[in-house]
Amino acid sequence: MISALDRKLLRDLWHMRGQALAIAAVMAAGVGLFVSQFATQQSLALTQSEYYAQNRFAEAFAHCKRAPRSLLERVSAVEGVAAAEARVVANVTLDVPGLLEPAVGRLVSRPRSGVPLLNDVYLRKGRLLEAGDPDGVLASEGFVLAHGMELGDRITAVINGRRRDLTIVGVVLSPEYIYSIRDGEFIPDDKRFGVFWMNEDELAAAFDMQGAFNEISLDLEPGANGPEVLAALDRLLEPYGGVGAFERKDQVSHWYLSNELAQLRNIGIAMPLVFLGVAAFLLNVVLTRQISVQREQIAALKAFGYSNLGVGWHYMKLVLVIVALGTALGAAAGAWLGTQMVVIYTEFYRFPFLRFTLDPVIVLQAAAITGGASMLGSMGAVLAAVSLPPAEAMRPPSPGRYRPMLFERLGLQRLFSQPMRMILRQFERRPAKTFLSVLGIAMGVAVFVVGFFFLDTIDYVIDVQFNRMQREDMTLTFNQPRSLSALHEVKSMPGVLHAEAFRAVPATLRFEHRSRRLAIMGVSNDSSLNRVLDAKLARIVIPEQGLALSRKLGEVLGVSVGQRLQVEIKEGSRPTREIPVSALVDDFLGMSAYMEIGALNDLMREGQTISGVFLTCDPAGHKDLYERLKATPGVAAVNVKQAALKGFTETLAKSLMITTIINIMFATVIAFGVVYNNARISLSERSRELASLRVLGLTRGEISFILLGELAIVTLAAIPLGCLLGFGLAWALIEHMLDLELMRFPLVIAPRTYGWAAVVVLGAATVSALVVRRRLDHLDLVEVLKTRE
Amino acid sequence: MHTPTSTAVFLARGITKVYRMGEVEVHALRGVDLELYEGEFVVLLGPSGSGKSTLLNILGGLDIPSAGSVTFREHNLTQATERELTSYRRDHVGFVFQFYNLIPSLTARENVALVTEIAQNPMKPEDALRLVKLGERMDHFPSQLSGGEQQRVAIARAVAKQPDVLLCDEPTGALDISTGKLVLEAIESVNRELGTTTAVITHNSAIAAMADRVISLHDGRIAGVQHNTTKLHPRDLNW
Ligand SMILES: Nc1ncnc2c1ncn2[C@@H]1O[C@H](COP(=O)(O)OP(=O)(O)OP(=O)(O)O)[C@@H](O)[C@H]1O
Ligand SMILES: [Mg+2]
Repeated sequence: MISALDRKLLRDLWHMRGQALAIAAVMAAGVGLFVSQFATQQSLALTQSEYYAQNRFAEAFAHCKRAPRSLLERVSAVEGVAAAEARVVANVTLDVPGLLEPAVGRLVSRPRSGVPLLNDVYLRKGRLLEAGDPDGVLASEGFVLAHGMELGDRITAVINGRRRDLTIVGVVLSPEYIYSIRDGEFIPDDKRFGVFWMNEDELAAAFDMQGAFNEISLDLEPGANGPEVLAALDRLLEPYGGVGAFERKDQVSHWYLSNELAQLRNIGIAMPLVFLGVAAFLLNVVLTRQISVQREQIAALKAFGYSNLGVGWHYMKLVLVIVALGTALGAAAGAWLGTQMVVIYTEFYRFPFLRFTLDPVIVLQAAAITGGASMLGSMGAVLAAVSLPPAEAMRPPSPGRYRPMLFERLGLQRLFSQPMRMILRQFERRPAKTFLSVLGIAMGVAVFVVGFFFLDTIDYVIDVQFNRMQREDMTLTFNQPRSLSALHEVKSMPGVLHAEAFRAVPATLRFEHRSRRLAIMGVSNDSSLNRVLDAKLARIVIPEQGLALSRKLGEVLGVSVGQRLQVEIKEGSRPTREIPVSALVDDFLGMSAYMEIGALNDLMREGQTISGVFLTCDPAGHKDLYERLKATPGVAAVNVKQAALKGFTETLAKSLMITTIINIMFATVIAFGVVYNNARISLSERSRELASLRVLGLTRGEISFILLGELAIVTLAAIPLGCLLGFGLAWALIEHMLDLELMRFPLVIAPRTYGWAAVVVLGAATVSALVVRRRLDHLDLVEVLKTRE
Repeated sequence: MHTPTSTAVFLARGITKVYRMGEVEVHALRGVDLELYEGEFVVLLGPSGSGKSTLLNILGGLDIPSAGSVTFREHNLTQATERELTSYRRDHVGFVFQFYNLIPSLTARENVALVTEIAQNPMKPEDALRLVKLGERMDHFPSQLSGGEQQRVAIARAVAKQPDVLLCDEPTGALDISTGKLVLEAIESVNRELGTTTAVITHNSAIAAMADRVISLHDGRIAGVQHNTTKLHPRDLNW
């Protein structure tokens, strides 16, 4: 049997169902985001660790130029090493049928035994390699899918200038290439980059690496001292051109995946908090209103002997029902959203299996956070109900206090019509309430601005990165350093309009106990193709001495301009030098270290040596140039900017589209929730007054004007404030949540974003106004005037 | 059939109530001594602002006096905690408010059930409503009832828990004669049949004729007490 008090609760809820639903919807948006982000994060993390374990993903890696196989035994003997696997890894140019430009293939050796100790592949289709498979390869699934290839299809690799046909016998996935990108790029481009596993004997023979290896991976003993093992490994590889050992956390694919997981967590916390904050705010407004309307009912309940706790609990239950509704809706939305996100993730991150699992704990957490925020939001209102003295019930409410308003004291009343005066009086009599209304709607605007600004900032990043900084058409990378004559060779190729050399040198940068491995880019200050720009897009002149670092890299190393970094070069004569940081660059993608190319050559104690070439080419001459490049030995990779850009925008656009749609949906929910609530509360607060006016002879249009005029003014005032709040929120998000090593987002908000935010909120206001107007038209005068408030 | 006895249910001594509103002090009660006896029907008369509601609120445990003492049987109402006052109200007092104070979202029956659900020895809500002749309207919401009917629901709600005292603040204030009489009859029958100590506030001195005792308040003091040797039945009242 349901108690009379609970019946009251249900009827009250039914009476305010529109508002309750609006609030629940805002909550659901927050819960949905929270659930989807965390569930996706958790699904990915679980899949990741399972996949790693099953395929024995290594815990440390090191590359070198060429080390004898016999070294493997000494590596295995290092204290803390549980297993060691040596491989031959080489990048080659691929000639893929149907693809004009050369693609990059990474060839990875598989041991004679057939089963590697570490980093095993996951066979998706076909079979593994057999001993008598001279040209058989296992191809990465992404590449195969991107080209619509089948088992038995052939691709041509250019190995040391000789073309060699490879046959796909198996399609595989690897924990090393979950996120599969080639050097210097950020977004997977499966059409132009593939990984191929080949029998060790074949691969070693092709690269003159018999009895040798150039890559080693390790598993560590539990509790092993990682840095010490790495140092020992570095010492062992030093004579063989080691480029610095690194742990799993710096492995490219793993690093991207961890970044992504971190970002999911950050967004999973930040955005829901905004939504739940707004929901709590709405609850406060609605409940405060509800309790002030029910003041006498509360007093009567207390007079009958209901305790303060009982009365407080009664109103808390109202909140809890809305919370439950919001959480349930949100969990459902979150589960749906999560499955969508997983689909997107499988396009970027290649897992053999990726199940979307929704841990009930996440939903419970969401419910707890929502409940907590709501309790916080409604606490004030409920306490007011609790502390209401019961003697109130015996007394009629004291009439509101009226006095001449500011504009009347200033003698301005003649400027305004009577209805306009009523609107202004309303504002001036209840400035706090008016401000809260404005603030609420402003939050709707702000959420919209934040949701949309991602598009703006990414547009901006793309423009700066691909149009202003990188102005080449393509980048050639040689498989080893070449003399300047290679530049002239490239210049004389067909269709090449302009070419500039660069030098890239693997190095470890150290400051105090922090270090990073990367390639120092040597560029020329008068390069017209690759320009280092600062935040204001002004060109940074790289000093003759010193390094220019990405500001983020500076942060990571804890170094500031003027301080000296220890630079350990991992190529050639492998010098180690102290080099001052001469500038920090506000760039957006990755982390870079730049030097003047001459200074870098000097540091390397080499003449004019180059690692690759930036070039622009005649659009008509592409085809000949590509043909020529595919046949040129020594060119390890050709990165075509247009293709990269296309991949970048296409893949990013896909994921951004969904994110943006979700943001717009949620922002609309919030905008609508806030505006509608505001309109309904104004309506309920003033329906008596307005009904009296109708009785006095005012038309429907006239009373609508009084109420809707108020709504219009509040909405118009909220838009600029909301834009400001949105700007602040975007700033906070960028500063605290999206400041990643992978990518930084500049605070760029296009006018169209503010415009759209305004349009959506105005739209929500219009719809709310229509609803209210309908209610005003059907205002039951007798009913309204009979009930006492 | 119950008759008033000489046992005092309420004992009030020297109660004053001062409301402070900024600089101004309003003396609502200025030293009231009063007893109410078991089963007695008392009418409180007095001009507007004389302190009637204030006194009734104090007796009902809704408010505490600024000074003086009030006891209900063995309960000291002036030194009671919030929690004790709540259980005092819950267990002993039935209120009828001047403005009905029905819960608009509950039907007549549910409004009564609201109180019977937390009472120790309640009547059935249906019986209480029949007592005030609303047996036919139990499932109507307050907005579907007239003012007099609403006031009768309020009385049913107050008597349904079979309280020891029934306190009514101008129960007929907003009603016409015949409806007012219906309401008074309901109160009278509760007082008579259940022996509930009853105090009724009114402006209307005609109503005083149905009381055992009439206490007049003036400017926060008791201006006079009058014993009625014969009580009139509500139907015989005239105003
Ligand atoms: N909460 C309050 N704050 C300030 N003054 C109050 C308050 N409640 C009552 N008063 C004042 O105390 C005095 C007595 O009020 P009370 O309500 O007891 O009068 P009453 O006799 O019931 O009048 P009425 O017949 O008009 O209901 C009045 O002057 C009133 O203004
Ligand atoms: Mg009164």
